[in-house]
Amino acid sequence: MAPASYPQDLLYHPEHDWARIEGDEATLGITWYAQDVLGEVVFFDLPSVGTVVSQGEAYAEVESVKAVSDVIAPLSGEIVAVNDALAAGPQAINEDPYGDGWLVKIRLADPSGRESLLDSESYAAGLTSTTGQA
Amino acid sequence: MSRYTAATDDDRQAMLDAIGVGSVEELFARQVPDQVRLRGELALPDGLSEQEVYGHLRELAQRNVSTEQEISFLGAGMYDHYVPAIVDMLCERSEFLTPYTPYQPEVSQGSLQVMFEYQTAICELTALPVANASVYEGPSAVASAAYLAKLHNGRPRFVVSAGLHPHSLQTLRTYARGFDAEIVEVPLIADGADAGSAEAPDGGRTDVERWREAIDENTCAAIFAQPNFYGVVEDAAALAEAAKQPARGAPANGAGAAPPVVIAQVDPITLGILRPPGDCGVDVAVGEGQALGGRLDFGGPSFGLFAAREEFLRRMPGRIAGETRDVDGRRGFVLTLQTREQHIRRERATSNICTAQALNALAGTVYLSWLGRHGLVELGELLMARTEYARRALEAIDGVRTLYSAPVVRELALQIDGDIPALRRACADRGVNPGADIQALTGRAADNGGLLVAITEQRTRADIDRLVAVIGSAIAQQRASAAAGPDAGAPREAVPA
Amino acid sequence: MTVGAPTIDPDETRTIFQRGAPGRRAFVCPPSEVPALAPAEVLPERLLRQAPPRLPEVSEPEIVRHYVGLSKRNFDLDSGFYPLGSCTMKHNPRLHERVAALSGHARLHPLQDPERAQGALELMWRLERALSELAGLAHVSLQPSAGSQGELAGVLLTRAYHEDRGQQRRKVLIPDTAHGTNPATVAMAGLVTVTVQTNADGGVDLDDLRAKVDDDVACLMLTNPNTLGLFDPNIVAIASIVHEAGAILYYDGANLNAVMGISRPGDMGFDIVHFNLHKTFTQPHGGGGPGSGPIAVSDRIEPYLMVPRIVRYDDGHFELSEQAPRSIGRLRGFQGNFGCFVRAYAYICSLGAAGLKDVSEVAVLNANYLLARLSEQGVAEYLPRAYGQLCMHELVLSGAPMRRELAVKTLDLAKRLLDHGFHPPTVYFPLLVEEALMIEPTETETKETLDAFADAVAAILAEAASDPEILRQAPHTTPVRRLDEATAVRSPVLRERLADAPREPAHAG
Repeated sequence: MAPASYPQDLLYHPEHDWARIEGDEATLGITWYAQDVLGEVVFFDLPSVGTVVSQGEAYAEVESVKAVSDVIAPLSGEIVAVNDALAAGPQAINEDPYGDGWLVKIRLADPSGRESLLDSESYAAGLTSTTGQA
Repeated sequence: MSRYTAATDDDRQAMLDAIGVGSVEELFARQVPDQVRLRGELALPDGLSEQEVYGHLRELAQRNVSTEQEISFLGAGMYDHYVPAIVDMLCERSEFLTPYTPYQPEVSQGSLQVMFEYQTAICELTALPVANASVYEGPSAVASAAYLAKLHNGRPRFVVSAGLHPHSLQTLRTYARGFDAEIVEVPLIADGADAGSAEAPDGGRTDVERWREAIDENTCAAIFAQPNFYGVVEDAAALAEAAKQPARGAPANGAGAAPPVVIAQVDPITLGILRPPGDCGVDVAVGEGQALGGRLDFGGPSFGLFAAREEFLRRMPGRIAGETRDVDGRRGFVLTLQTREQHIRRERATSNICTAQALNALAGTVYLSWLGRHGLVELGELLMARTEYARRALEAIDGVRTLYSAPVVRELALQIDGDIPALRRACADRGVNPGADIQALTGRAADNGGLLVAITEQRTRADIDRLVAVIGSAIAQQRASAAAGPDAGAPREAVPA
Repeated sequence: MTVGAPTIDPDETRTIFQRGAPGRRAFVCPPSEVPALAPAEVLPERLLRQAPPRLPEVSEPEIVRHYVGLSKRNFDLDSGFYPLGSCTMKHNPRLHERVAALSGHARLHPLQDPERAQGALELMWRLERALSELAGLAHVSLQPSAGSQGELAGVLLTRAYHEDRGQQRRKVLIPDTAHGTNPATVAMAGLVTVTVQTNADGGVDLDDLRAKVDDDVACLMLTNPNTLGLFDPNIVAIASIVHEAGAILYYDGANLNAVMGISRPGDMGFDIVHFNLHKTFTQPHGGGGPGSGPIAVSDRIEPYLMVPRIVRYDDGHFELSEQAPRSIGRLRGFQGNFGCFVRAYAYICSLGAAGLKDVSEVAVLNANYLLARLSEQGVAEYLPRAYGQLCMHELVLSGAPMRRELAVKTLDLAKRLLDHGFHPPTVYFPLLVEEALMIEPTETETKETLDAFADAVAAILAEAASDPEILRQAPHTTPVRRLDEATAVRSPVLRERLADAPREPAHAG
């Protein structure tokens, strides 16, 4: 498993999802923290190309052996590509959450949506404040 | 100290001291609000010694007439097959009898491997690629399969053959209220109205053309029984094929709309003879497992078998065992695909079911191993031969005909010229239970005079001859009484309190 | 204990399908005694099976050895302490097996004429009356096959009750501590779950409850004592808030073992209760079933109860009746899991009123004693109780400090307990307690057993401080060690690969 990291070039949703914006498209995935909490990912139920996703709402599920987690869209748009490789190798989400473990690409509906997302530092700061509870 | 607790007065004092409370009562007084405490004692009898309890239950049991005390032709969902001694012996072992669900696989390999073997056997019987570790029993298994279909396509209507067991149909109706779905019944072909192919008559089979017409783009699932409630062998492949093809001349089944889920309730004891559902195009096969080495137990517990095509694996209810390896590379088994289940997925689970019927499924697995590859076929052939013998002999009685003429395997619906409850009583007085009152189960007017006769390997030729004799004389007696006057031989009525 | 490379005996895990030899058999078919008939004489080929099912070809001695061998790879209640929280793993009296096996019970056909099954119907009626008394509710149906089906019955009854009054109430309130069956059941009944928060004391948060109760709420499903082992001190207020909104109160009876003869759900204000006969009334769990989940209901719910129902006439005669026009119908075949009824009834006869109350008293005493032992120094620092000072019949600890300070998870502790000969408690439930351990000792365990368990936990924690790796690699003494569950999901192997080529459906739809 990769060491903890929250790359600077990404934007983050507090529900532990990331977005990499390139022009009018964005690549989406779940963060290192999310995959660490889930444990070994065993299944990603691929959504269909053409599905419309809304910021802050679930668009897919990712499963470990004993947990299911909703995947929240950090931005709104229409799915233009899905990571088909995850069907056979969902462990890529653990091994490389920001690379081979990407989930979908969307065509952005509303460019202003990015303003509500967090940068790497704010997201990571939020994590330390919520961990360590008894 | 009651029978099964062990705390002596000294124990209690030592434990209270360690807790730091003065009495057991204080434990409750500090936690349970006074307003909801039970005043006084439960209004139940005092406890009894072990031998008194045994005596009491033995006395109750003696007021029941079991299949050991009469020649019973009762079936209609549960059957008096011979249960080999090794089934009892293995199911009574503490190691199978007393563990919980195998949540800790390292110390549950026995139960888990049994589940895996059971799943293998069910897949083989049904010719479907995936099976779960069993569900409650037969009729609710039909409803569980309907829920799978509901989750799969979300459509609002179930098309159901009238040959489905009435308990399955009634259970489905109850569950369907929760799914907000309606149920459309497709009738059986009446005898005599038979188009009848050259190879076999059709009376008693589901009417395939009306079945095809009833199915449309709003059909969630199409459900039938094989053999059906009346014992008749359905043309399962024709039903599955019709469910998956739009009616001729009817509006197209929606542009590319997926066909409904085809569900068959099967009797596993017939699957050595009949073409298995997976080979007939059936998507989900369910069934009552009691016939496979289970006790009658006045109706339960038993198990429901549940098998499906691969695409439905993640919608299956219940436990599923899978093979894997331990850290040292040893073969082992675990509960798998658990994210389907209620303890993880909660309101989005594929079912609310928690456990399987593991002990009953163990009995089924041992039974199928005991029957073996050829035994299930031989047993099926024996049942068919004896049922055919019974059919010919019973049809020869004046006042008896078969309700339907299509072929059967192990159960036969008769139409009797007479009062069924009175006939059953007359037979019972002579030590024979002639079978089930069909109309009492279905409530259908057309089933008046219907008697469902089940044959198992425990009913010998002599037993069948006896059945023929007592039915014949009971009918003759009824006719004689009717000729004598309207009041003679009227059925006894119980007067409600 | 072998920590090094194990000797792998491939024979141990061979399935029954990998044993035997072609032509070997255990079954001898009785002679047919009637004219021979080949199935092909009656049925056309397309309706017939083409090849025999590939079931095992084994002798009876092989079957016995195989399954006895498998049985030895199980841990079971007769062998040791099994403190699974929420599961009530109490002793299974063998008397119950004996009376259930009487031929008048075991070989009684469910469609036997009620005239000739009076003993069975009387037993069911007597069990109904006893459960009614324990619940404090007048009417009982024994039909549901398990607690989960009892829950479904309860929610469907709730729906029927409201619909009969012209109301389509869609919401069911469920505390966040609830068993997963509750929300799963609500979904099957076509309603929507609304989660109610737990307050700082481990009970229902009354403010949150008030905020969520409205005239669209069909019922509140509550387990009391709840899955934290706590009796809700606000139960009277909860009942009144729910009733004022015109909603039904549903009692999940999973934890009834804590309150028999102490407090009755009906007296708390509940309208519907399900029992888990396999828990409170000690059925053998069979490695995961069978169970039985009767329900008791109040007068206003009774018209909707399932059919068939047992009717007793003044002369002591019993009938099964389907006459109930507003009934929700039936939930399964026949009359329910009668074999479980026999065992539960035998249990109630054995214990009587005083004995059943003693069960709950000792269950609560044992749980609090174990809680006290696990609050000792060396344990409580790592495994503090999640809520409260006392508990009812079970206790919930949090392994969060253990994980933080010793880098050992609750899972590791659970696996190490296996090496000490104990079945671990329920772990990682309830969900709102981090690294939860849920321990239910039951009344049938001795003080010596509870002490031995507490000592083992202390010893394991001491070991964790010095050599945590032993825990992380545990168990070491079991038939297999930790299993790769991820691969089992990613590449499911759900049946034996049989020798012949796998068959493909002829009609791939």
